[in-house]
Amino acid sequence: MEPASQGLRESATFDRATIHAIQRAAETGIYDIRGWGAKRKLPHFDDLLLLGASMSRYPLEGYRERCDTDVVLGTRHAKQPLRLDTPVTIAGMSFGALSAQAKEALGRGASEAGTSTTTGDGGMTPEERGHSKHLVYQYLPSRYGMNPDDLRAADAIEVVLGQGAKPGGGGMLLGQKITERVAGMRTLPVGIDQRSACRHPDWTGPDDLAIKILELREITDWEKPVYVKVGATRTYYDVKLAVHAGADVVVVDGMQGGTAATQDVFIEHVGIPTLAALPQAVRALQELGVHREVQLIVSGGIRGGADMAKALALGADAVAIGTAALIALGDNHPKHDAGYRELGSAAGYFDDYQDGRDPAGISTQDAELSARLDPVEGGRRLANFLRVMTMEAQTLARACGKAHLHHLEPEDLVALTIESAAMARVPLAGTDWIPGAGL
Amino acid sequence: MAALTEAEVVDLAASSVRDLNQALHAPQPAVSWRVLNPRGAHSVACGLKDEVTVDIAGHVGYYCAGMNQHATVTVHGNAGTGVAENMMSGTVRVRGNASQSAGATAHGGLLVIDGDASARCGISMKGADIIVGGSVGHMSAFMGQAGRLVVCGDAGDALGDSLYEARIYVRGTVKSLGADCVEKEMRNEHLTELAELLKAAERDEDPADFRRYGSARQLYHFKVDNATSY
Repeated sequence: MEPASQGLRESATFDRATIHAIQRAAETGIYDIRGWGAKRKLPHFDDLLLLGASMSRYPLEGYRERCDTDVVLGTRHAKQPLRLDTPVTIAGMSFGALSAQAKEALGRGASEAGTSTTTGDGGMTPEERGHSKHLVYQYLPSRYGMNPDDLRAADAIEVVLGQGAKPGGGGMLLGQKITERVAGMRTLPVGIDQRSACRHPDWTGPDDLAIKILELREITDWEKPVYVKVGATRTYYDVKLAVHAGADVVVVDGMQGGTAATQDVFIEHVGIPTLAALPQAVRALQELGVHREVQLIVSGGIRGGADMAKALALGADAVAIGTAALIALGDNHPKHDAGYRELGSAAGYFDDYQDGRDPAGISTQDAELSARLDPVEGGRRLANFLRVMTMEAQTLARACGKAHLHHLEPEDLVALTIESAAMARVPLAGTDWIPGAGL
Repeated sequence: MAALTEAEVVDLAASSVRDLNQALHAPQPAVSWRVLNPRGAHSVACGLKDEVTVDIAGHVGYYCAGMNQHATVTVHGNAGTGVAENMMSGTVRVRGNASQSAGATAHGGLLVIDGDASARCGISMKGADIIVGGSVGHMSAFMGQAGRLVVCGDAGDALGDSLYEARIYVRGTVKSLGADCVEKEMRNEHLTELAELLKAAERDEDPADFRRYGSARQLYHFKVDNATSY
């Protein structure tokens, strides 16, 4: 019999996950490290709704009239900006955290859908360069595998200051995933628990960053767009400083953004939700007069075309997906449930990306497990998902009468809750009230 | 014969750093270059990828010879932050002093600083050899992964903190060692490699006067027992 049906009451404060966390800490003496992003309930794009056209606005015909989706990133300074067919990109995820097959699948899927994918901590692999039409090269504090030849081979450079899952934290990759190839690329001994620095080794603060960006431009002869990626915290100020430092594109990653390995306490308690960060970023760009000139990419919990449409309506130029892309490849698929259960998890719950024993063959370096993911099939699935996202966003945009996804605007949105109205700075549905507006 | 080739001269009082770097990045650049009036400019001669020789007559700002490949760059003056950062190969020599993060994350090649280096010299170094004629500041070779750091003078606080496999030789005093960095026995093989490094840097110190430091390798795995070490 279920305890609840006997009249037993579970504590809301000490729920089962909390009790388990205390017991686990007491038994092991070490904090929990896991993958995925924040799992707590947060104000999100679900709390916004789009206002379709009726009398006061004209909708566009769903299967007749065009709704364009292209986006150009890096128009501010780069000689060769990135031209993408759809404003959804694949976020940075490392070879090391992911298998070579998974990286290849991400490249294949993104290329088929006409968008970009991104390297991660640990450098660029020939597989992902070869299968990615548009590849963004991350420039990270660790500089693992950092190579000027790869920098020149990339289509854009992303200077990473942080990520939504752990703003202020460095990376980690546990020993079970440091195989010979991963270790070789990172110049580390095989099998150690690898730490990535949380600060860049040769610059500190926005004035230094301006000089660093200048160096990256000089090395690549001003061809490549330079992105600056921040985890969402003091987003209004960080975006302003990134623009002053010379960024072509600013990437803001909210706290729902995923990670391959981070302390649970960090994932759940540092940073702000994507919904709260995005309007701050847009306000910063608008005040500097560079909204749309410096493009804004937003990530962290983007799951489909509705999230994309709402993010664009709030002023983003593009969104990026990470966790959703892995799910499209097969992560947390019910067919792996037995494998997840052997690891003490279950399909729909699996977040032990740090562990390296992923039954789906995605977040692993084990040869046998990695072989379970067919990069061609994975790429096809991701391309399908990206196309569905794009078509969903177009459907919503047409309903609002927009001939381009970028024509969506805050005026098309209302909020379902007071919290989301205050964060997104759009009115509570059925009212003209924006909490905090005019204060 | 490179030595007999007349150097291309670029005067940064008249040309921009962009013009200089673009010329150095061109296919088959001239083999010998002389840069005048750098006046502390940033990113001078960065991103070189050919076997060229660049002599810079004066002081440079940040990231001089950054990400160098194959080239030989000499600064006849002082260098700002991050000289030869992420160098892959080649040689970079600073005749004066260098500011912080000299040779940061450098994967290969030889960096010689005739004078002193500042804080974080060789931070996160990944295979380069760095020889400093004078002293280095605090947190030098922090998280050093591979390569050799030779300090003919003294080292500041927290030398080799969180060190991986980089090797450190210091002739003078070490103010303090960082987490997991320990003094190690100087065996013949180390004396031999140190002699080669000193020779490459055109120095005449006696290898026997140096002490060797390296990783105790106690922090290679996250263990609760290590919590007080960080």
